[in-house]
Amino acid sequence: MREYSYFIPLPLQAATMAEEVKLFGKWISPFSRRIEVALKLKGVEYEYIEEDLVNKSPALLNYNPVHKKIPVLVHNGKPIAESLVIMEYIDETWKHNPILPIDPFEKAMARFWAKFIDDKFWAIWPAVKKALTSGGEKEREEGIEEAQLHLNTLETQLKEKKFFGGERLGFVEISASLIIWIVVSQEVMGVEILTQEKFPALHKLTQKFVEDDVFKQCVPPWEPLVAYFKAQLGALAASK
Amino acid sequence: MAEENKVKLHGMWASPYVKRVEIALKIKGIPYEFVEEDLVNKSQLLLQYNPVHKKVPVLIHNGKSICESLVILEYIDETWKNGPPLLPQDPYKRAKVRFWTSFVEKELLENVLLVVRSEGEAQEKAIKVVFEKLKLLEEGLKDLFQGETHHIDGENMGILDIVLCSLFGAHKAQEEVLGVKFIDPEKFPLLSSWVTAFTEVAVVKALQPPHEKLVMVYQFLRQKALRPSAAGVEVKEGVYVTSLSRSSPF
Repeated sequence: MREYSYFIPLPLQAATMAEEVKLFGKWISPFSRRIEVALKLKGVEYEYIEEDLVNKSPALLNYNPVHKKIPVLVHNGKPIAESLVIMEYIDETWKHNPILPIDPFEKAMARFWAKFIDDKFWAIWPAVKKALTSGGEKEREEGIEEAQLHLNTLETQLKEKKFFGGERLGFVEISASLIIWIVVSQEVMGVEILTQEKFPALHKLTQKFVEDDVFKQCVPPWEPLVAYFKAQLGALAASK
Repeated sequence: MAEENKVKLHGMWASPYVKRVEIALKIKGIPYEFVEEDLVNKSQLLLQYNPVHKKVPVLIHNGKSICESLVILEYIDETWKNGPPLLPQDPYKRAKVRFWTSFVEKELLENVLLVVRSEGEAQEKAIKVVFEKLKLLEEGLKDLFQGETHHIDGENMGILDIVLCSLFGAHKAQEEVLGVKFIDPEKFPLLSSWVTAFTEVAVVKALQPPHEKLVMVYQFLRQKALRPSAAGVEVKEGVYVTSLSRSSPF
């Protein structure tokens, strides 16, 4: 079971640290997890603060008054919010092991696809939830079909893109790690949505994440994840 | 101009997204060829250059196409380093600019469009949301400008200025069509003075369609959403303006 460190304000602590990096996140959120991947890839030491999103901490509300959401990165007391904005900040501040390509055109492509994936996820996830929590067969089929339609767009567009051929995880792959949550949740609930047969490229990508040394450290622990999905999605299903 | 360095912009005169790119190109002093697209009958070139979204703007540079206005703006800034910078140098300041740009794009623009496309109770609700977001922006500006007056001209307009300008540059037209004043100097003093400042910038003035045309655009958008049969168009996602594309800009 993962250890979560909680921030205890100690004047001495701040004084002795040359560089202070804090990440406010939620263990179940793919958006804060992917920031952790970026930080780990850069070898940046950080303090992780787990947020209870029902009872948001004063610190979070102070650091992200606009959206009141995680993830928030705080670097030497300065807060940065919005997942993709944070990733760009990390890449520009710690310049070794670049996450984004150097060439402006390649960089533009990476930004384009990261945004595309993010936007698609917000279309896919509700459909996935519908498929996983439906009481009726028809509704479940509808959810699966809708999710697969969007996944198909992703599959077609990502199939031939060369950034998935690299050895290390880059900006687009880190952004795309949201996909893992679909794979995990479907496995927990025993419904097939993202299958290897229908989505070979996406499946290959998820395998890459699972096998990556850095990403492995950032995946939520299996048992609590299963328990969480069963509770959340199960509750949703029961309420219908 | 050598073929390799040639810059083309596929766009449409009424699109604020295209306007963003034009402002950026002009600020940087980059010569470009503007290709007006008929969004009802999209050219083969457009479909080839932007197969994913099939939208404008698309920037063509060195034979390669870049899509999505915000991606294009950053590309312009990184490729042409000689002109005025569109983003600050410092990573933290850059993060703040990107954060607020994202806010304007997702929270403000989407909700203003909602006001345009709705009526009655739904519209009242949407208006309320816009005012809430404007309030957040006004607060954010205090931090962003850090108590200093934000001077902008053709030399120092940045991505956030450009994006906000593409939304509220037409605020007078919005006021006329929607009957609601978003850029209210009493409610939002910092924001209002900022909007006034960028509408006065020479580059912006030169690119801004006349007031009557902007009014027409907003009326059209409204009609398209509320009474599509009367507007004579099919309501299609992703098509910004349809029959307007056949009229001339100036």
